[in-house]
Amino acid sequence: MRVALCGNPNVGKTTLFNQLTGLRQRVANFPGVTVERKAGTLAGAPHVEVIDLPGTYSLTPRSVDERIAYEVLVGRLEEGPDVVVCVLDAGNLERNLYVVSQVIDLGLPVILALNMMDVAEENGLVVDASVLEKDLGVPVVPITASRGEGIDELKKHILDPPEPAQVYRWQLMDAVDAKIPALIKQLAEEAPHVKPMHLRMEVLRALAEDEALDVWRLEVPEFVNRIVTLREEFAKRGIAWRHAEVSGRYAWIGPIAQRASRRFKGPATLSDRIDAVLTHRVAGPLCFLLILVCVFEAVFSWAIPAMDLIEAGVAALAGGVRLVLPAGWITDLLTDGIITGVGNVVVFLPQILLLFFFLGIMEDSGYMTRSAFIMDRLMKRVGLSGGSVLPLLSSYACAIPGIMAARTLDSERDRLITIMVAPLMSCSARLPVYTLFIAAFIPAGKLMGVFGYQGLAMFSMYMMGTIMAFVAAAILKRVVFKGPPSYFVMELPPYRRPRLRQLFWRMYQRSRVFAVRAGKIILGCSIVLWFLASFPRTETSPEAIQIEEQAIQERNIEYAAAQALTPDRDLTVAADSLSLVDPILAYALDLTAQADVKYAAALDSANIVRQSAQIRGSAIGYLGRILEPVMQPLGFDWKISAGLVSAFAAREVIISTLGIIYSVGDAEGGVALRDALKADQYPDGRPVVTPLVAMSLLVFFVFALQCMSTLAIARRETNTWRWPMVMWFYMTTLAYLASLLVYQGGRLLGFS
Amino acid sequence: MTLRELHPGESGTILGFEPSAAVNRLMEMGMVPGSQVQVVRVAPFGDPIDLRVRDYHLSIRKSEAALIHISRHEG
Repeated sequence: MRVALCGNPNVGKTTLFNQLTGLRQRVANFPGVTVERKAGTLAGAPHVEVIDLPGTYSLTPRSVDERIAYEVLVGRLEEGPDVVVCVLDAGNLERNLYVVSQVIDLGLPVILALNMMDVAEENGLVVDASVLEKDLGVPVVPITASRGEGIDELKKHILDPPEPAQVYRWQLMDAVDAKIPALIKQLAEEAPHVKPMHLRMEVLRALAEDEALDVWRLEVPEFVNRIVTLREEFAKRGIAWRHAEVSGRYAWIGPIAQRASRRFKGPATLSDRIDAVLTHRVAGPLCFLLILVCVFEAVFSWAIPAMDLIEAGVAALAGGVRLVLPAGWITDLLTDGIITGVGNVVVFLPQILLLFFFLGIMEDSGYMTRSAFIMDRLMKRVGLSGGSVLPLLSSYACAIPGIMAARTLDSERDRLITIMVAPLMSCSARLPVYTLFIAAFIPAGKLMGVFGYQGLAMFSMYMMGTIMAFVAAAILKRVVFKGPPSYFVMELPPYRRPRLRQLFWRMYQRSRVFAVRAGKIILGCSIVLWFLASFPRTETSPEAIQIEEQAIQERNIEYAAAQALTPDRDLTVAADSLSLVDPILAYALDLTAQADVKYAAALDSANIVRQSAQIRGSAIGYLGRILEPVMQPLGFDWKISAGLVSAFAAREVIISTLGIIYSVGDAEGGVALRDALKADQYPDGRPVVTPLVAMSLLVFFVFALQCMSTLAIARRETNTWRWPMVMWFYMTTLAYLASLLVYQGGRLLGFS
Repeated sequence: MTLRELHPGESGTILGFEPSAAVNRLMEMGMVPGSQVQVVRVAPFGDPIDLRVRDYHLSIRKSEAALIHISRHEG
């Protein structure tokens, strides 16, 4: 048996779902769309499956959520439900009953769960369930989902479902109603697959909605023509055919809601008083800004210890594996490729979890809609809407949670545009790259004695990305995602206290989805990149061998010198107890110890030289040299080009790659690498990395999409490779052109 | 007159709509001819507006408010 939960957003549907199923639930996606399909089994009745449908105000398919809810209910997407539980907010009866009236007309057994009676009462409203029951002809169960009250009663009704209620009890205006039977007959003949029970609803929505009509255009053109003619006829007679259904339904449910509820005090609520501050002309934007600053401060600073811990853990794990397994390329693949690659993803989890936590609080408390309310005016200018503010701001931390947060947007077009521009916001992975090159090539002085040049450079990186995100959004809106202007109709639900258990549960599920799905793709790419950096093998490096041989020679000489001081003692036996009383022996032992340290350091640098030779000879080094002619106009030599290739996986990888190429080890942002970059010269003595080249590279990093995780999550959220591909190409092109402009423009202006 | 012309605190009764894609959504949210609507406040940057309809708060842009014909309640 299958039970579907439906109802408006923000009525406590998910709380009820958790109460009914316990935590026996699965989250997946409906096929072909990114709408979450949450299902579980009824606690105490494992044969009953409960599906939590997306919150909808109506079953008319205008948003993806509404289409999904409708298609599940009529059994088009998957086997239809046997019972529907409609969840209602008692404080908002009329609007909640609208979708109920549509569900009743589907001819399924319907049970109403009347939620939040307590909140309604606090706000001065009493609802009489028995009046609703009588007038609508369906069982009504008062519940308080947050405290688990009324759940048993509701379960009883689910396990013993009522008969379907009488359908179409409301009146369509006569002029329209007269035309419906003929249309139903025609659709029944031409589209026999539509269940007889759903014919009337299909006809009504085809009449009222252009998009619903378009669905039939190919299949039953005769039916479509008839409706088009009918619409023209209605228009001529001055009949409001578009509104016929909605007006009819409200004319039915309005009086029912009036009869069922009684108000004993005015509607001013605590929520209204909070809004008087949080959406105030002056205080509102200030509070919004303050909340943002706090959230980002928390996401950046609280996550860092956890991220350090994960990085240390990953390094320790790789080190441990190296100790256990024999040396060889399979071990290298496991440690450098797989463990490090997956570690690169896992390291973002603390930030993602924290961001989800704060976003969850904003969503559940109702503040998210207020932030959209405040920011809509500014966002509209660039073709987005207020709802895009938080996804875009989240992307300053990391584009992945930002892209996932775009789910809260109603308009599919706004959601896609937001996803497409989110990676232009400078994320935290760019920060180490910015830091390295700014510290190395931007002078430390101050502009007008106040603003440090380096700080200004950093700020302009962030501004450049942000402005470009808005420009890209405006262009995408006008060129790619053309269409009728979208509208902004958004409920401002009453403020509510977020429920932590529910919040943590959702955080866990969302981040698991991220780790598993994105992880798989990244694992694959990491392995490929490792192979590219490791093959073909450069087994011997004459330079490294020479360093090693020289180190051995020097150590032997120093050993001999120490031995000469005390010819009758064996210096290879360390910590001779005689050294406590014999200063000469102690000195000689000290000398050999120093020789050992020098030797170990020499072996390390030989190793780095060997890695450097390996990268130079590998496919990535080769790619770097192939790319060099293409990248030269941007000022990049083969080393930086190879670094860019390796940074395809994750931006910060360029630092360790450059570290290896310049044979200074991969201490991130290290002073050694900074100096090596400054000292590097072309054969003719010109410096390889000038301040202008550094600027060009920085600009490249601002715009380029070098992050497999972002591509993976965009693929997941859009369900096609098309948008991630478009995203990658437009951003890479943008990065190339911007760098070209900076470098060539800079040279024309006389910079070097 | 249209809903756009109402000031915060003022209310009116909906008479009808200009044709637009937004209208059916507005009606589904409870703004049908005959229902009461009050402008609660305007967003900090001048758009959108916060309405009270059927005992709940609904936010729409001024461009949508301009589609809604109303008669203003006096007093």
